[in-house]
Amino acid sequence: MTLLRITSPHTQGAQRTANVMRTVILATLPGLGVITYFFGWGTFINVIWCSICAVAFESLVLGLRHQPVGFFLKDYSALVTAVLLGLSLPPLAPWWVSLVAIGFAIVVAKHLYGGMGYNPFNPAMVGFALVLVSFPLEMTTNWATPSPLLQDPLTFTQTLSTIFGTPSVAVDAYTMATPLDVYKHEISHNTAVVVTAKPVFGNFVALGWEWVNAAFLLSGVFLIWKRIFTWHTPVSMLVALTVMSIVFGWDADRYTPPLLHLYAGATMLGAFFIATDPVTSAVSNRGKLFYGAGIGILVYIIRTWGSYPDAIAFSVLLMNFAAPFIDFYTQPRAYGHAKAGRSESEG
Amino acid sequence: MRKLWQFHGGIHPDERKSLSNQSPITQAGIPEKLYIPLQQHIGAPAKALVSIGDTVLKGQKIAEAQGKISVSIHASSSGKVVDISNHPVPHPSGMLDLCIVIETDGKDRWCELETCDDYSTLQPAQLLEKIRFAGIAGMGGAGFPTEVKLHPPRQSKVNTLILNGAECEPYITSDDVLMRERAQEIILGMEIMAYILEPGECIIAVEDNKPEAIAALKTAAALTRIEIVTIPTKYPSGGEKQLIKILTGKEVPSGHIPADIGVMCQNVATARAVYRAIRFGEPLISRITTLTGLQVQQPGNTEVLIGTPVRWLLEKAGYAARKQSRVIMGGPMMGFTLGNLDVPVVKTTNCLLAADAKELPLPPPAQACIRCGMCEQACPADLLPQQLYWFSRAEEFEKAEQHHLADCIECGACSFVCPSAIPLVQHYRYAKGKIREQKLEQEKSNNARLRFESRQARIEREAAEKEAKRKERAEAAALAQAAKRAESATDASEPASREDKSALVQAALRRVEAKQNQQAIANGSAEPVDIETLKKKLLRAQDKFEKMTAALDSARTSEPDRVDALAKATQASREALEKLKAELLAHPQNNEGSTPEGPALEELESNLSKAQGKLALMLKTLEDARINKPETVEKLERAVEKNQERVDAAKHALEHALSSSRTSEASSDKNDTTAVKDIT
Repeated sequence: MTLLRITSPHTQGAQRTANVMRTVILATLPGLGVITYFFGWGTFINVIWCSICAVAFESLVLGLRHQPVGFFLKDYSALVTAVLLGLSLPPLAPWWVSLVAIGFAIVVAKHLYGGMGYNPFNPAMVGFALVLVSFPLEMTTNWATPSPLLQDPLTFTQTLSTIFGTPSVAVDAYTMATPLDVYKHEISHNTAVVVTAKPVFGNFVALGWEWVNAAFLLSGVFLIWKRIFTWHTPVSMLVALTVMSIVFGWDADRYTPPLLHLYAGATMLGAFFIATDPVTSAVSNRGKLFYGAGIGILVYIIRTWGSYPDAIAFSVLLMNFAAPFIDFYTQPRAYGHAKAGRSESEG
Repeated sequence: MRKLWQFHGGIHPDERKSLSNQSPITQAGIPEKLYIPLQQHIGAPAKALVSIGDTVLKGQKIAEAQGKISVSIHASSSGKVVDISNHPVPHPSGMLDLCIVIETDGKDRWCELETCDDYSTLQPAQLLEKIRFAGIAGMGGAGFPTEVKLHPPRQSKVNTLILNGAECEPYITSDDVLMRERAQEIILGMEIMAYILEPGECIIAVEDNKPEAIAALKTAAALTRIEIVTIPTKYPSGGEKQLIKILTGKEVPSGHIPADIGVMCQNVATARAVYRAIRFGEPLISRITTLTGLQVQQPGNTEVLIGTPVRWLLEKAGYAARKQSRVIMGGPMMGFTLGNLDVPVVKTTNCLLAADAKELPLPPPAQACIRCGMCEQACPADLLPQQLYWFSRAEEFEKAEQHHLADCIECGACSFVCPSAIPLVQHYRYAKGKIREQKLEQEKSNNARLRFESRQARIEREAAEKEAKRKERAEAAALAQAAKRAESATDASEPASREDKSALVQAALRRVEAKQNQQAIANGSAEPVDIETLKKKLLRAQDKFEKMTAALDSARTSEPDRVDALAKATQASREALEKLKAELLAHPQNNEGSTPEGPALEELESNLSKAQGKLALMLKTLEDARINKPETVEKLERAVEKNQERVDAAKHALEHALSSSRTSEASSDKNDTTAVKDIT
């Protein structure tokens, strides 16, 4: 009987890439549930639709690249991209917007750069940014009105037909600007008290959004606890955003207040699910602190002084650019070395 | 309670130690044949002292340590040497190496041993000699000669002596049971080491998953100053560097040994072997080895004679190979698989793990690295494993080195946690091997270059020496010739006395010397310049100058943008020419020569007239400029000034040339000095 000859180590931990991806997908479900509760079936349909398209595109490209389709589909990375994109898109965005976004994300942002593990930019955010700049109308007018403000929310089939191009009802009646958008535009000619009295802000911070963000925050903490990623990126991003909004936005009559920054828009989704994408972020723990902080600062800058109400996608993409640079300067100090990093070359 | 530190990273693999630590240590017995490799340690292999056919006793030295870093080898049992040849030895490559094969007689007769009741009656040097004689090498895994390690190392004193009983690898329990059953011997061994090293503190570190061992050690160490420290279970806390960090908070600087920071680590089994060697004179001929894995029917720890074939040992424990089985020497994290079970147990064999694919599943096919960073969180050396992986894969070895690949201890923690199941350690081994190869290559080519350069230098030196000798000979010959001439001259005129002759010779020598000196002064350098070469140079310079003026003229008409550059070049050429002329004029040979240099004089005259013409032209332009272009006046004025100087110089040169051709030799010295001034 010949003996197997393998190099050490001979034992493996239980964590598999597929598990990591699956856990991330599962962790988005509470948030998706809350979104569906407050904003109707739109996002749910988006997520499903994006997932179907993602698997189709992934299989197609893997086939064209002569790669084992089953082996790569099983790592669930395409599904993660699809779910995150579906969660980011406006709930009532037409089907073709989602199709273009996910197609660009999978085909261009992921596979044209070499596929899994080689993409320098977060595919979901590349897809999102593409449709945001290409179809600004569809991407800004299709945010669903929170259900509590509606007499008669859209049913599942009504939503389906709205998204897939044959609206049975006037969509305008079911859409509304997002709280971040409203605050940014209203505060220039109103006081904070007047602005926040609007129904879109609800009783706490922003009607519906606060719960969506809370759900993603909780799921994110769960993922940190499961050691899917470390705390460095999300915490530094949230701290940076908070500090920026306190420093600049202490006067709520002029700028969006901190709580609205944290609990409206895609802040928590961005912090825990998008910025933490390992492939495109900085590597070392120290690097992740800089990376996260950069995203937080950029989010604040673009939200406040830019022309877009939300800014997760652009901030993440900009910091993706910076990740290799950050890595270069944040090499950790190795055991037995006096100094950290590249400056020490004598070993 | 002692303060403990933490090392970065680490993992918690399934321990599976209870498989083998439930029963007491057994005796493996005596196999029919013992295969004892001559190299079981780091360093030079030992040299065989016996030959085929010799009868040996148990404990008899059969191979002598060679060189400084080496240990001796002893017969593990009595019998007859039947072969000394290459045989498979435990090595990841499955290589063969020289082994002494002993056919045992089953009587297990000891040779005479030198016992010692009280080690303190001996000097440390004597104890070290005994340890070296007993063939003790580190039993934790590396097999570094213990005597060498225990030598008071390079000026630095050992403050902390650590016995490593962490045994952090899964499955292995040989140190665990040893500490439980032979705690007293370990403590006594450590005391001997402490006697040699005189450290400030003595620590035995044990992971907290071995409570029985800790209790046994604490009892045995009750009346000593040895401290038993319980450390948290985490792989690889038993790594020397990691253990030092845990216990002292200090890090061993990269590229140094622990002794450099006043720390020394020894394995507990080594300490016990030291005790047996000093107290009973027993050389290291057996060790405790863990036999474990689900394919071994009777797992446990057994005292094995060094040289016992693994197959014999495993079969005795009820092992039958199944499909896809592995036999690992060492633990599952850092051990290596055996391709051949005929290899013997050696001094470093702490564990034999026989497992099938169910127990230790084969690694799944590697997926793409998603840069999740789990490897970085696990790395006990604070490296960036995934960066190292990318660099190793891309063969960017320089970058891998910059990221401290050399500090990787190959513990396997990164591979263990990798969710994409990438065999990271294998990549690092590959990169390390390549780097080693490249360094060797570089060294080779460096040596070749040095050889070539020194050869070149030697050839040049020899040529120079030859030339110097030739010159010497020529000078001597010239001198002899001069002397002869002087002699013959005096001979011809009138018969002179011997003193006169010598005076004449000296006068001749003085003349020669004076001439040389004159030349040296004239040329402004020590080297005498031949007038012929100077003339040649002058001709060449003139040629060049003429060509350049022609080029300048043609450029003025056809390529106006080049004119400036050409004009400058022409100017430079002209200056060089003038300098050469002056030099030629000043040349003593020239002055000495009876014929005045006609063409040079003419040339000087024409030079002067040219310069004067130019000056006049310039003055005219200056006048024009004063009226038309006031902004260029300053520049022009400067140019005129320069030209004026040039005219003066030309005049001077001419006068000088005229005077020097007229005046006698007597006044030439003075002129020479002025000429020198002109030149410089």
